Amino acid sequence: MNDTLRPMTALLEIRDLWAAPVRQRGHALLRGVALAVAPGEVHGIVVESGAGKSLLGRAVLGVLPSGIRIAKGAITLDGEDLLAASPRRRRALLGRFLAMVPQDPMTALNPVRRIAAQMTDHLRLHLRLDRRQALAVAEALLAAVHIREARRVLAQYPFELSGGMRQRVLIAMAFACRPRLVVADEPTTALDVTVQRQILRLIRELQREAGTAILFITHDLGVVAKICDRVTVLHAGRVLEEAATPALFAAPRHPYTAALMRATPRYDRPGEALEPVPAALAEQLRAEAEALDHVLA
Amino acid sequence: MGDERTLIAAASGAARLWVGAAILGALVAASLVAPLIAPHDPLDQNLLNTLLPPFWRGGADPAFPLGTDSLGRDVLSRLIYGSRVALIVALVAASLAALLGTLLGLVAGFFGGALDNAISRLVEIWMSFPPVLLSIVLVAVIGAGLDAVILAIVIVDWTRFCRVVRAEVLVQKAQDYVASARIIGLSRASTLTGEIIPNILPLLIVLLSLEMGIAVIVETILSFVGLSVASDTPTWGGLIAEGRLYINQAWWLMALPMSCVVIVVLGFNALGDGLRTLLDPIMRQ
Amino acid sequence: MSLLEAQGLGLALPDRAAKRLFQPAPQREILKDVDLAVALGEAVGLVGESGSGKTSLGRCLVRLYQPTSGRLLFSGRDITHLGESELRPLRARLQVIFQDPHSSLNPRRRIADIVAQPLIAFGLADPATARRQAVALLDRVGLDPRLGGRFPHQLSGGQRQRACIARAIAVEPALVIADEIVSGLDVSTQAQILTLLRALRRDLGLALVFISHDLSVVRALCDRVVVLRGGVVVEAGSVESLFAAPRHPYTRALLAAIPLPEPDATWLDRKDGLEPDWETERGGGRSHADRRDGRAGHWC
Repeated sequence: MNDTLRPMTALLEIRDLWAAPVRQRGHALLRGVALAVAPGEVHGIVVESGAGKSLLGRAVLGVLPSGIRIAKGAITLDGEDLLAASPRRRRALLGRFLAMVPQDPMTALNPVRRIAAQMTDHLRLHLRLDRRQALAVAEALLAAVHIREARRVLAQYPFELSGGMRQRVLIAMAFACRPRLVVADEPTTALDVTVQRQILRLIRELQREAGTAILFITHDLGVVAKICDRVTVLHAGRVLEEAATPALFAAPRHPYTAALMRATPRYDRPGEALEPVPAALAEQLRAEAEALDHVLA
Repeated sequence: MGDERTLIAAASGAARLWVGAAILGALVAASLVAPLIAPHDPLDQNLLNTLLPPFWRGGADPAFPLGTDSLGRDVLSRLIYGSRVALIVALVAASLAALLGTLLGLVAGFFGGALDNAISRLVEIWMSFPPVLLSIVLVAVIGAGLDAVILAIVIVDWTRFCRVVRAEVLVQKAQDYVASARIIGLSRASTLTGEIIPNILPLLIVLLSLEMGIAVIVETILSFVGLSVASDTPTWGGLIAEGRLYINQAWWLMALPMSCVVIVVLGFNALGDGLRTLLDPIMRQ
Repeated sequence: MSLLEAQGLGLALPDRAAKRLFQPAPQREILKDVDLAVALGEAVGLVGESGSGKTSLGRCLVRLYQPTSGRLLFSGRDITHLGESELRPLRARLQVIFQDPHSSLNPRRRIADIVAQPLIAFGLADPATARRQAVALLDRVGLDPRLGGRFPHQLSGGQRQRACIARAIAVEPALVIADEIVSGLDVSTQAQILTLLRALRRDLGLALVFISHDLSVVRALCDRVVVLRGGVVVEAGSVESLFAAPRHPYTRALLAAIPLPEPDATWLDRKDGLEPDWETERGGGRSHADRRDGRAGHWC
């Protein structure tokens, strides 16, 4: 199954994870998900938009929506069982060891507070700095994400910044404490394509420098191809395929992965017809997935 | 955990509708058949039986279930007849205020431009007058009576509807489905009636129910200070005013009409909430 | 003769954010001297990033915004300053599909009603016939006709977008302006919608102005491309020539920035093309906050 030599100790390990809505019996949203992320690895999760898209990331961060629970399985970070952790321990982990870069920078930032206030709050909470120190660190962080005139930006409100700038601020906050793992949920989907490239470059620069692993959730195969080391393909809450990036694109093993690639338009291959994922395949996969749900009932 | 919360939410949504409907129903029923269900004539004085306590206290007379006031008049009958005034004011004043305010708000929001400016300035100036003072001046000029009370409420409260409706129309106007309406050939009138109004209706229902509660309270205040209907017609505010003088000997003379006001206002709010949930396809989920 | 033509189109709106006390708000040019032509049955892609003015241009083309300069011609007729009543009959031939399928469908109308509306509004059918036709249209765009009885919030994004397409083609227009209609959709839904559009173009001879930020999608669907930046056309041409040999540096930068689904660990390290200034790049995001600040007529 694996093409490359995997390190013996994974940073993040997910084993047989099942998530289900609290009220509906016998219906699952995550079905036996298993994956491993090595330290410093950028691991892509390819998943289509829909109900279950952010679930895996949220499960790792411990912020599942209120109607959904973990029914089975384990998530370990550096050997520590995240699901068994107390709420206090979780709060201690978030920000320091685990961080998130969200999809929509506008709703992730408080629109009525200045950037400085939001960043210093975050830093003081996790790094135990006083106000002056936090402000200095915030300035340094903004410089690290290549924002010139950091002082001016710190004094501004989120609506005064462009989308790319806001995303930089969020990335700065995510990497502030040099976390071990960052969950990036479609971090560039809302951005222009030229800005996307810069942001991707920035993410990679920061993660290489800090040795941070990234769980990169996206539906864009192109982004996956350029930044991810390994890829897991999810469909209907199930892992269909997992491989190193070059291997996945060279020879996808699962028909769904291949179908996704055929459905992606490429400007450099105009002759190739754009084929939607065959309805029969999608139906079959969904039926297979739902057939597994009896495990929970 | 989330399970319990959603169940409670769903149940309370339906409960609100029924509680509100029940209270309003009781109010309407009481008003309509007041002469039939009131045990006594509310104006009947009985100087031998003054300040009798209500049924749960010692020394009560079963002929007067909620006791009597300082002139021996039956409290229960007076409360029942008082509901007529409350109901008329609630329904008529709130509806008229809503009508006037909504029309102007729709016009201002939809047509914009000079019309919007004119109406908005009017609202601003209007709202700068202290409302209670305005009501009192109006009543002093026209003379006390139900008409005056209704007019006072309408004149003060239409601005509330106007501002909120205008703001909501502006929000809806910015939506793509309104731009679509133009593209698919709908006239401006059709757009306003068929597209925008249905989408501000839920808001209107809530506002109207709130306004009914407010109208009852305003009438209570006005009749408390004696500026409402003629003094021989029992009103809850009037009863409160009378009861105030005997608060030490017969606290129920004040507490009972106050409770009526509170219950009715709560009922209107609950009904409004419930109706909105019932009628809105989105919230029905 | 072109079906729809814009000549030197310009749009300037008052910039309220920069208004000073007691002075009129300065004009901000959203579009400047834009030329665009769409022939019968042709699909033209309008490409740009946020702040390029592409959505504003799309709305100008259907006179949702009033251009402040230039001319707009529809089938040779000057429609730049036509009043709403004269425009109405023409609107049956010029339809629009908006980006956000949630806000472009009246949340309190059922889907079949929504699709039937244009037929009734233009007097093309009585309500009963219109409803029947609406159901047939839903089937045409690949929607289960039973969805006609549902409300928009009960449909997925892809389904809602199909409903919008059904509504747009109901009156059999000559030209449809599609404003970023696949942007929020995932890959397989996007592919389905594109395939649907191709089929509709073929069957109905529909001309299309396809507004998008995604050059790959434009390549898959369009015959010609117009690239917009800062309200100005920087390049225009057939898809073949533009993609084979892009002339303008901005076009080249756009193409270079697109990550193709081919593994390449060094792609991010390369710095080809224009690098927008980190700080002053105002149009860095496509969020709705950038796009619209609540006033109809504000720029995008």
